[in-house]
Amino acid sequence: MLSAQSLAKIDRELAKYPADQFRSAIMGALRIALVERRETGNTPEERCLNADVIEFVANYVGIPPVAAYEVATFYNMYDMKPVGKYKLTVCTNLPCALQGGVNAAHYIGEKLGIGIGETTADGKFTLLEGECMGACGDAPVLLVNNHKMCSFMTREAIDKKLAELE
Amino acid sequence: MLEIEIDGKKLTVNQGITIMDAAHTAGTHIPHFCYHKKLSIAANCRMCLVEVEKAPKPLPACATPVTDGMKVHTASPLAKKAQAGVMEFLLINHPLDCPICDQGGECQLQDLAVGYGNSSSRYQEEKRAVVGKDMGPLVSAEEMSRCIHCTRCVRFTEEIGGYQEIGMANRSEFSEILPFLGKTVNSEISGNVIDLCPVGALTSKPFRYATRAWELSRRKSVSPHDGLGSNLIVQVKQNQVMRVLPLENEDINECWIADRDRFSYEGLNSAERLQKPMIKFDGKWHETDWQTALDYVVKGLNGVANDHGKDAIGFLASPHSTTEELYLAQKLARSFGVNNIDAALRRSDKRVAAAQQGALWLGSSIVELLAAKSVLMVGSTQRQEQPLLASRLRQSVKKGMALNVIHTSDDELLTRINAKLIVSPLALVNALAQVLKAAVEIKSASTTLDLSAANVGAEARAIADSLCAAESAAIVLGNVAQHHPAFAELLSLAQEIGRVTGARFGIAAEAANSVGADIAGVNPQRGPLGKTVSAGIGVSEMLAAPRKAYVLLNSEIEADAYNSQQAVAAMKQAATVIALTAFKGEALLDYADVLLPIAPFSETAGSFVNMEGKLQPFNGVVRPLGETRPAWKVLRVLGNMLNLSGFDFNSAEDVRAELLAHGDIAAALNNQLTSVAANVVADGTLVRIGEVPMYQADAICRRAESLQKTAAAAAPVIALNPQDIAKLGLEAGQPAIVSQGEAEVRLQLVADAAVAAGAVRVAAAHPATQALGGLFEPIQIKRG
Ligand code: SF4
Ligand code: FES
Ligand code: FES
Repeated sequence: MLSAQSLAKIDRELAKYPADQFRSAIMGALRIALVERRETGNTPEERCLNADVIEFVANYVGIPPVAAYEVATFYNMYDMKPVGKYKLTVCTNLPCALQGGVNAAHYIGEKLGIGIGETTADGKFTLLEGECMGACGDAPVLLVNNHKMCSFMTREAIDKKLAELE
Repeated sequence: MLEIEIDGKKLTVNQGITIMDAAHTAGTHIPHFCYHKKLSIAANCRMCLVEVEKAPKPLPACATPVTDGMKVHTASPLAKKAQAGVMEFLLINHPLDCPICDQGGECQLQDLAVGYGNSSSRYQEEKRAVVGKDMGPLVSAEEMSRCIHCTRCVRFTEEIGGYQEIGMANRSEFSEILPFLGKTVNSEISGNVIDLCPVGALTSKPFRYATRAWELSRRKSVSPHDGLGSNLIVQVKQNQVMRVLPLENEDINECWIADRDRFSYEGLNSAERLQKPMIKFDGKWHETDWQTALDYVVKGLNGVANDHGKDAIGFLASPHSTTEELYLAQKLARSFGVNNIDAALRRSDKRVAAAQQGALWLGSSIVELLAAKSVLMVGSTQRQEQPLLASRLRQSVKKGMALNVIHTSDDELLTRINAKLIVSPLALVNALAQVLKAAVEIKSASTTLDLSAANVGAEARAIADSLCAAESAAIVLGNVAQHHPAFAELLSLAQEIGRVTGARFGIAAEAANSVGADIAGVNPQRGPLGKTVSAGIGVSEMLAAPRKAYVLLNSEIEADAYNSQQAVAAMKQAATVIALTAFKGEALLDYADVLLPIAPFSETAGSFVNMEGKLQPFNGVVRPLGETRPAWKVLRVLGNMLNLSGFDFNSAEDVRAELLAHGDIAAALNNQLTSVAANVVADGTLVRIGEVPMYQADAICRRAESLQKTAAAAAPVIALNPQDIAKLGLEAGQPAIVSQGEAEVRLQLVADAAVAAGAVRVAAAHPATQALGGLFEPIQIKRG
């Protein structure tokens, strides 16, 4: 279900934790699985996580599938539903909100013609609200495809970013 | 020791305990939902907030360790305000649908809401709704909007069940309790989550909407299934058993029961219950009255005795019968002059009865077994045989017990195994001999047994090391060992390993009253409490050399015997088969001539002796159904009608008193065999592993509808090691044909790496496999 490279990466994650806390590796393992699927999937459904993948990863790590499912559904970064080519997650928690985080999210939505939680018709962008990313000082912040953090997202910065992502 | 004060009461408590535990010792009740004494601390419901002096905020009692000088107020204005606040929050999203909720009347949320909630809600907004989940045929999770996310159910499956089957998905307002997508909850002790759930989110599927909790009366009883002897609360209404709950007994079942104990009651109300005596003549069954039926029985027994001699009669009693029934059965048989009586129906090794010096038992109390530092389980499909004992062993492993296994399949035990030897049934003796040989070496001891054929492998050495090093160790033989044709060898080897290493040894009694049957004298060689009697033959010989007449007590021999093929043939050739039974099963209707309706455990007074030799008396919880009579009364009348003396009992207690007047149970327990033999050579024949599936163990659970819908009750398959499948040129996923003797059975073939090489795993006691022969005998397999 996953490539040899991904499994090797999961093995590295497993090696990071003490033997009695190996289950913590599930977070890294799910992240690795999602990255592989995003890169290799042919359809939107193949580019996110699903029950089969979670079960596979859970069994590989050695924890019950439902425990992995708890983790996968707790954090927004594990995509359980199809998302666009670029997944934009804007932090709207309180510190960011005070610094214009909500406005930033709405501005993106207006520009792309979609609401929060929606994907553009061409499947390019998905706009989501996120929880505190631990970068409140840089507010407003947004995350592109779970891994790339963008700080101080003023309107200008957003225009520039969206242009880059064309 | 710490000095603390709870609500002005001064207490001295141990360091490290929580305020909740301390309050319990003081008899103070602190409201709670997520706290449970047998589960880990989650502290997520916040119902237990209490005021602690010098603490700035109320603290959760279940998660706050006591400190010296702590002053706790559980009902101060601050504590009460906090508790009322939590209650208001808990009820915000709760549907408040008590009138249509099955939990109504026994709901902790309802109870605490009365004490801590408001009479009306300030919350006017929309409530969240959660769709129901499918957890399988036993646990209903239809109304998950009622869940308060205490996670007791989650923690139970993980910590007590051994495998997390339930989880909490999503976050915050979207949190939901569910099994993994598309899966059901398959734990053999899953029903306990129903008791644990403090609200009506998880309810009993078979019991749902049957009645209200307050309409039920509670009666104490004892589980009639496995040898653990779990204590039960049986709840009845209008003379019908409506449901079964655990009765707490820390030494036996704690506060849990297995699903078999909980849901088997459906069998008691089955349509197959025999309600009137029945006689077969002209090949047809006719209902009749007791007098006619009993006359018929007496005539039958006398007739066979006169024509063929008393030795042509055999008594086969189920070890699920009560001690009193068993005692009277042997008294009747022996007074009548029949010595052929046995209750160890699935035991194939007749040498054990000859060499026994007492009733076989666990060899220690259950608590002592669980406290042992090293345990070796030999030939036990633990989770099927004694599901709750398996769970308790898992808890012991967490506390440091080294659990070792010698078995025929490498089953998932959901716990850490110290060392294991997985071998074909033919090599079980050899495996145990290896352990003995290693132990002899480690201890520089000697043994008179010939162990030259045993080559000690690494795992055997590890097992021996573990047994020798532990300050307390135990060897326990399970059902597979007890049914095995080399049970005598296995027991002798266990005895010898015990002698060399100092470990205790014994058996995990198969049925609720296996030990009691031996105590009561239902043993071909030994009378009540070991009294000397004229020896008769046991079940294996009674079936191998068929008798002219059989008396069956509580047994469906086609499913209860070691070799069902042989058993059914023996029944069919007999001139008469007299069955005292609670059920009119199909096979019984075919081979029996007269059926006497006797009461199951729920309708008679009696007692069971569990695996640790503890006699647990109980009373009937409902009146006998129809014209059913308690078996002890039927046997009493039969005794009188056969003109035997000493059958004037007024009650089951009288019967028990007569039995116990023969001596002391504890003194009658003994696992030592007189002659120690060991044939440790194994050959390479393909041999069957014929275990009895959990829900086929006895007549009651065979008829429990909901249990029969579980994954554990699925139709039997043929399971083989993938290497063997390849070697034999078979194909997994296709049907195959297995045969023993004349009979062939066609079942699906599955590859299962857990099965030992050289073995074919085909479950027994199931209608689909009853045509087959011995449980651990050679078997042939071919493409089907
Ligand atoms: S289903 Fe019941 S036991 Fe499980 S978390 Fe919800 S309220 Fe607690
Ligand atoms: S609140 Fe947005 S990053 Fe912390
Ligand atoms: S009982 Fe203490 S927080 Fe739930």
